[in-house]
Amino acid sequence: MTGGMILEGKAWRYGKNVDTDVIIPARYLSATAPEDLGAHCLEDLDPGFARRVRPGDIIVAEENFGSGSSREHAPLAIKGCGVSCVVASSFARIFYRNAINVGLPILECPEAVRDISTGDDLRVDLAAGTIENLSTGKMFHAEPFPDFMREIISLGGLAEYVRRRLQAGGSR
Amino acid sequence: MGHTITEKILAYHAGREEVRPGELVNVKVDLAMANDITAPLAIEAFRSMGAERVFDPAKVVMVPDHFTPARDMAAARNCALMREFAREQRLENYYEIGRAGIEHVLLPEEGLVLPGELVVGADSHTCTYGALGAFSTGVGSSDLAMAMALGEIWLRIPESMLFTYEGELPPWVGGKDLILHTIGRIGVDGALYRAMEFRGPVVEELSMDSRFAMANMAVEAGAKNGIFHVDAKTRSWLEGRARRHYREFTSDADASYVEKITMEVSGMEPQVAFPHLPSNVKPLSGVGEVEIDQVVIGSCTNGRPEDMEIAARILEGRRVHPRVRAIVFPGSRAVLLEMVRRGWMETFLEAGAAVSTPTCGPCLGGHMGVLAEGERALSTTNRNFVGRMGHTESEVYLCGPAVAAASAVTGRITHPEEVMG
Repeated sequence: MTGGMILEGKAWRYGKNVDTDVIIPARYLSATAPEDLGAHCLEDLDPGFARRVRPGDIIVAEENFGSGSSREHAPLAIKGCGVSCVVASSFARIFYRNAINVGLPILECPEAVRDISTGDDLRVDLAAGTIENLSTGKMFHAEPFPDFMREIISLGGLAEYVRRRLQAGGSR
Repeated sequence: MGHTITEKILAYHAGREEVRPGELVNVKVDLAMANDITAPLAIEAFRSMGAERVFDPAKVVMVPDHFTPARDMAAARNCALMREFAREQRLENYYEIGRAGIEHVLLPEEGLVLPGELVVGADSHTCTYGALGAFSTGVGSSDLAMAMALGEIWLRIPESMLFTYEGELPPWVGGKDLILHTIGRIGVDGALYRAMEFRGPVVEELSMDSRFAMANMAVEAGAKNGIFHVDAKTRSWLEGRARRHYREFTSDADASYVEKITMEVSGMEPQVAFPHLPSNVKPLSGVGEVEIDQVVIGSCTNGRPEDMEIAARILEGRRVHPRVRAIVFPGSRAVLLEMVRRGWMETFLEAGAAVSTPTCGPCLGGHMGVLAEGERALSTTNRNFVGRMGHTESEVYLCGPAVAAASAVTGRITHPEEVMG
């Protein structure tokens, strides 16, 4: 994910407390490849989601998205099925970290979530932190990330951040 | 303005005089832990970071406990990957099947977590160790990989919430009931990004096992950590376990909290969380007639000696209801051994319960007790989300060990008094 990236896709709207057990059920946790996990994304909440979702589409959900387990398989499954971004009223803390760490764009914006319905056409400008609902013509501004997290995001995830630190400090 | 115990532990590990909520800091970790679900991704991330050696082979712990003993070939492959990494990195604390247990029961037992320490684990219930007056929190695999490579991690200093429990705990009400009641009151995101600090005369009377059960479920309220102060009970529990010096941190009298909640527990009944959220809590008298197909007693929440003792006391001389399957899964080899030595094992077997080797299996619908469509379980575990223990059309109710054991006898959710008279 790089600065200035514009994402466009249709919205898939869900409610509160979408937990990691429905994002990727535990029975699939022996897999680690994003595409294998993606095939079962949201299977226990919205069966068939992984087949119907189109590359670039955006998940929109209410409070506490990603609650529950620490499984990094959850943001990987979302990425793996082609979703470009998650917009939520709030995120559970481990999911929030995991999404940033694996380079899945996330935006916190309760106002946008209230406006958006499934099937709406959205345009997200990650650098500007804006969410535009092309179907209603409304524009929203997400919570900006702290500088430190922007740095991780701009590097595409935590792995590159740590790689640079290891190189700077001499390899262990 | 003073500081909370959480702020003091984090400041100490950040090498700072003081920290304030909202700050982002880099902290040194005393222990980094992963299991067979999260280690494969962490190892992959560790390699992609270009890391070659873990920061300290004594401070990286790996426990195969989720889909173990390996439930299928994919799980076996993940365990093998983890085992090879442990060997390659000469990890001092890799726990093999038969000598291991559920990570959050095992690590404190082994003296690997001590008061004042900072622990990150690639498992959301890592917050369990707060019972020992440590700061511990769950992270994902990439964060864990960073901790393995650098021995540090970034954290946002959480605001603290103070929970004070007053009054006298009625019979059959324990730590699990207190935490279910608390989550029921504040909701599954009631402590989002925050620290939950547990205090008061009731907490001081609680056993360590009950404190572990409470800290364990802090994450079910969205919290970053749950924490207790160190007292005589903590110190005595650590005797013979702690093999190194530890520091005790204490909240200042003028520490600042975003919220203070005081609960009177004297009239409290055993608590039950209805599907499909741990916050969907009712007192037992409000449960009504709920028949069950399966009872699960164990897990990182309630798989400790006290839990097994309570369940055995109720099942002693009684039989599991003919329609019900009761599955007991102790948290560790040490707990299992105690079950054998104290005769609880015989009690469970005589009662008609199945007893498993330690595993996380049934709690997350992995194996060893997965639910079919339309089935209903009553469980001492920590989550009852849709499909958590199996089919999406199955149901999970959460409770403490006393209610679980009593209900195994009657076949419906039951107050222990009804069985014990």
